[in-house]
Amino acid sequence: MSAEFGQISLILALLLAGVLAVVPLIGAQRGNQALMRLAPSLAIGHFVFLAGAFAALAVAFIQHDFTVTYVALHSNLLLPWFYRLTAVWGSHEGSLLLWMLLFGGWMLAVAVFSRSLPRPFLARVLSVMGIISVGFLLFILLTSNPFERIVPGPIDGQDLNPLLQDPGMIFHPPLLYMGYVGFAVAFAFAIAGLIGGRIERDWVRWARPWTMAAWASLTFGIALGSWWAYYELGWGGWWFWDPVENASFIPWLIGTALIHSQAVTEKRGAFPAWTVLLSIAAFSMSLLGTFLVRSGVLTSVHAFANDPERGLFILGFMVLVTGGALLLYALRAPRIMTGSGFDWISRESLLLLNNVFFTVSAAMVLLGTLYPLIIDFMGWGQISVGPPYFGAMFILLMTPVVVLLPLGPFTRWKRDQTVRVLAPLALAAVFSILSALIICAVLDAWSLRAFSGWLGGLWLIAGTLAYAVRTARASRRGLPRHQLGMALAHAGVGIFIIGAAMVEAHTFERDVRLAPGQAVEESGYRFQLDEVALVKGPNWRAEEGRFRIFRGEREIAQMNPQKRHYYRGNQTMTEVALRPGLFRDLYIAMGEQLDDSGAWSVRLHIKPFVRWIWGGAVLIGLGGLVSASDRRYRQKRKSEQAAASRTAPASGQPTAQAHP
Amino acid sequence: MTPARKKRLLMVLVLVVGVGAATALALVALSDNMLHFVSPTDVHDSGAPADRRIRLGGLVAANSVDRDAETLKVNFVVTDGRYDVPVSFQGILPDLFREGQGVIAHGQLDESGHFHADEVLARHDETYMPPEVMKSLEAAGHPAGASDK
Repeated sequence: MSAEFGQISLILALLLAGVLAVVPLIGAQRGNQALMRLAPSLAIGHFVFLAGAFAALAVAFIQHDFTVTYVALHSNLLLPWFYRLTAVWGSHEGSLLLWMLLFGGWMLAVAVFSRSLPRPFLARVLSVMGIISVGFLLFILLTSNPFERIVPGPIDGQDLNPLLQDPGMIFHPPLLYMGYVGFAVAFAFAIAGLIGGRIERDWVRWARPWTMAAWASLTFGIALGSWWAYYELGWGGWWFWDPVENASFIPWLIGTALIHSQAVTEKRGAFPAWTVLLSIAAFSMSLLGTFLVRSGVLTSVHAFANDPERGLFILGFMVLVTGGALLLYALRAPRIMTGSGFDWISRESLLLLNNVFFTVSAAMVLLGTLYPLIIDFMGWGQISVGPPYFGAMFILLMTPVVVLLPLGPFTRWKRDQTVRVLAPLALAAVFSILSALIICAVLDAWSLRAFSGWLGGLWLIAGTLAYAVRTARASRRGLPRHQLGMALAHAGVGIFIIGAAMVEAHTFERDVRLAPGQAVEESGYRFQLDEVALVKGPNWRAEEGRFRIFRGEREIAQMNPQKRHYYRGNQTMTEVALRPGLFRDLYIAMGEQLDDSGAWSVRLHIKPFVRWIWGGAVLIGLGGLVSASDRRYRQKRKSEQAAASRTAPASGQPTAQAHP
Repeated sequence: MTPARKKRLLMVLVLVVGVGAATALALVALSDNMLHFVSPTDVHDSGAPADRRIRLGGLVAANSVDRDAETLKVNFVVTDGRYDVPVSFQGILPDLFREGQGVIAHGQLDESGHFHADEVLARHDETYMPPEVMKSLEAAGHPAGASDK
């Protein structure tokens, strides 16, 4: 029964979205209060039905309803209940449903928390989101319905891809999607502003916390994906420049540019049109990402088996949404006020540079990702672009960003002097050079990459700290939230850079042949394989390597990597063993049994500072959340509300007279 | 020209030059890091360039995997049903590497037509076939290419 309930819920959500897409928009254009007032209630109803549909699919999974095709393909009787729950978004149809659920959630949040916004503006925002929702719900219902039945259903289902049977997978897609669809809020605010023709600082200030929250979720989502790839794929890498990773990284880069340009537009009113464009671009890139992942046009490690028809639908939808937004932009942009001027040395120009480097990076990643498609489409052969392209371009483009970043917060708006900016950073500069030298000497990590990583990372951390201390001292209340968030995020970048540089430059990595009783010695660690045992899980059996790790004569760890064989679907999976540490990870993955003597091929890694990569990323995301929670955004809204209520009687009177 | 306009012009110029330079760099870096996909038929017909890395794709031929007893060296044959290419690799093969399954190997051909792989990729999903491999199999008239369509 639950599948039918879900189907009906989905259709009802579509109907509500359809009404939402049209009615409040008309209300806002005509100044009809009653129609505008419908918007929040419609958004709430829309969310309720989406949640109903999602719950229905979850129930079908929990109850092993194999007459539902999607359940039969991605679950079976042996699958533990929590993986049955996460299997809801384990594949295409369900993950789109999750996409919609989160989208509905954002709409709900906007409807509930933005009551203080001017009513026409809120109505327009929700209408724009309604339009997007109609597109996606049609997509689900027409091409990827998770509630389709097969009668009679099989007695047992297939299996959830074993790679997805992992705790990291429980949170990765929801967080990533939170970010993707969160940019829809920034998009909707920008479009609503364009429709209303009142793109001013107000619009940007309202949009800022939403954009920041979306960007923070995306940051967490990407970091989690990277972490998952690290321990689950069994290669020991943390970033592969894989098209699907790029698909999430491009919106992140644009989003980073966006949150910085929003700051300029809010504070100084400079480049408002650019901010609108970036808002459109961030969401378009999210749609493009969805298209790239879901259409199967790319060869990728993610390798979802796909259907070209679905890709075509998303592509068409993306063209429609982006094209429509750009058309509106072209029509309305001339009306957007231009910002006030600024000097070469000013915070505006530094933030402008940030925007240039981040958008160019995004374009560069996009180019590398789409290039194989273009070449193939032109019939020039089939190629792929190797990671060195991305790595080289990225380092080139991000070096100036790292050098300039600490200067930004120290620089005044509009005009400043070089000396005044640089003076307080002199100490940070000296500190970072000296400590980078000392650290590289202590770690014996003399390579250009490691040294420049430490130098850049420490420069960011020290420069940010200098700013935080100065600001905290200057004000009586300490560091305000938005400054604290910024400092956290910027320091996070520093930590991330140190981790990435150390891992890339000084990872020890070796594939060896090991028989039980043998050991390998490396960098002071001795990896000893005692035996290979057979173990069993709920839906798999595995060969488990029993390793003991010695440092000198002292045993420091036992590690048990597995080679799992899942019963259904006959899949084999490498389950790596990790010994995480603040300064290094030990990593063992089983290869395969080589001969009858019991020897195995084994992959050993020692990865220095690898945790700093995700630690830095988590700080960056946290910074975004802390900033988004600043009272500044709410207080100003309240004061506006007060101002609005003071003027309300005056403007209300003429209408009252007109309708006696 | 007013100073403000001059400044704006200069800014636009800087932007144009910067973006131009970035594009040029990107294109150079792209062509340096391009990996061409090659099927066994292509290797036979034209002989892939010996001095550059390529992506070789096809099926792992049945009964062709030969493992060295003492080291991690392994030899196998990649086929598209029409032609075969012998491949050698040292290291750990991916979980989904099987005889009869699709595979992509990165590496170089030597003069004798032997492929030295430094990376072997098989995919996450049992039922998945890399699109390039699928196409080349179809072109060679291999049933695995036709039946899945």
